[in-house]
Amino acid sequence: MALVSVNDLHKSFGDLEVLKGIDLDVEAGEVVAIIGRSGSGKSTFLRCLNQLERHDKGTIRIADQYLDGKAMSPGELSKNVGMVFQSFNLFPHKTVGENVMLAPVIVRQEDKAKTERVAREVLDKVGLLEKFDAYPAQLSGGQQQRVAIARALAMNPKVLLCDEVTSALDPELVGEVLRVLEALAREGMTLILVTHEMKFAQDVSNRVVFMHQGRIHEQGDPQTLFKDPKTAELRQFIASVL
Amino acid sequence: MIEFTLWDIVRNLLLAARWTIVLSLIAFAGGATLGMLLTLLRLSSLKPLRLLASVYVDLFQGTPLLMQLFLAFFGAAALGFDVSAWTAASVALTLFTSAFLCDIWRGCVEAVPSGQWQASRVLGMNYMQSMRHIILPQALRLSVPPTVGFSVQVIKGTALASVIGFVELTKAGTMLNNAAFAPFTIFALVALVYFALCYPLSCYARHLERKLYGSGIR
Repeated sequence: MALVSVNDLHKSFGDLEVLKGIDLDVEAGEVVAIIGRSGSGKSTFLRCLNQLERHDKGTIRIADQYLDGKAMSPGELSKNVGMVFQSFNLFPHKTVGENVMLAPVIVRQEDKAKTERVAREVLDKVGLLEKFDAYPAQLSGGQQQRVAIARALAMNPKVLLCDEVTSALDPELVGEVLRVLEALAREGMTLILVTHEMKFAQDVSNRVVFMHQGRIHEQGDPQTLFKDPKTAELRQFIASVL
Repeated sequence: MIEFTLWDIVRNLLLAARWTIVLSLIAFAGGATLGMLLTLLRLSSLKPLRLLASVYVDLFQGTPLLMQLFLAFFGAAALGFDVSAWTAASVALTLFTSAFLCDIWRGCVEAVPSGQWQASRVLGMNYMQSMRHIILPQALRLSVPPTVGFSVQVIKGTALASVIGFVELTKAGTMLNNAAFAPFTIFALVALVYFALCYPLSCYARHLERKLYGSGIR
């Protein structure tokens, strides 16, 4: 059974239909890269998966949890899904360690000692253990994004959603963030990424999904998809970004 | 006619300035307490509570402080309450201050970037947890400079209490002038005392603002 299963997902903002029926299954351990022009609905789709946007129609199942677009408690929603944002969104008034430990302590009521052990573990994983007591403003963009990844990992999600996580970074800082994601992918973390890094999509993902005008226009394994696009739209898109 | 030396005038003005300070402190403390309550109402998820707070704010921001003082003083008297100038001035200035502080603080909460809400929400925090751990601490830091800045308006606002017979700095100036007939000297001195009270606060607010922007919180 697929870990994430999306059926006939629709979402409109007022009169504008952004998602026009998305079907997608993601297996555990799979790395899925979603590409497409801005406005194609890829970020909205990602945000529906953790209900930052509630969908109008269709079903989403993640592990044993069904999302039907109705209100759910954030605590429930965060059980399976973590998210990393384009703009990091670290809590500026808290240290790196506090950023990572806050949610496990106040949402899951886990004990402090265990949480701190986990926090050190995940920060070590992203290579920033020595920044435990630093504030976000003292870190580079790349470091902040790695802390944001660690913060999401501390909640032990089954799926990690990444919304253009390198788009706000200076070019020389992109690599360090991608390397962390690559390591996560190797460890078997299920990743769904909206990305503009075509090379990364090509090298790391198991599957690339091309979205166009609110629908999945074409998908497949990265090698064939990039080398031999079937549709004119994807051909044009690849030509415009490479 | 009694002769007034410059020292007599200065001494009397400084004595009266005490009451300007006390009234400012009362208005600020009372206004902050009430303003906090109003801010919570204004941010509540219940529409009637939000509406109540916003009508209150609009009412006090949309009428002159002088009218509010008149209403508190003469209005209360007309309704059969015997209020002193002290009480009327304290009440009116407290209400006035609370409305403005509520508006300032609501703005500070809304100035916390929406990404902070989203990040706490995807980490599983509910509204109250996000508010308490993420939004309010940041809003509080943002609010210090404009709040200190607004305290200057409160101090200057107390001058209006002179018209209902409350003897503070301005009223003392008027009374001294009635006896000494040296309007330029006296009112220049009055202005100087206000300036001495307000200017350090303005500087402090500016300093806090610079510190806040330098801290990288925004």
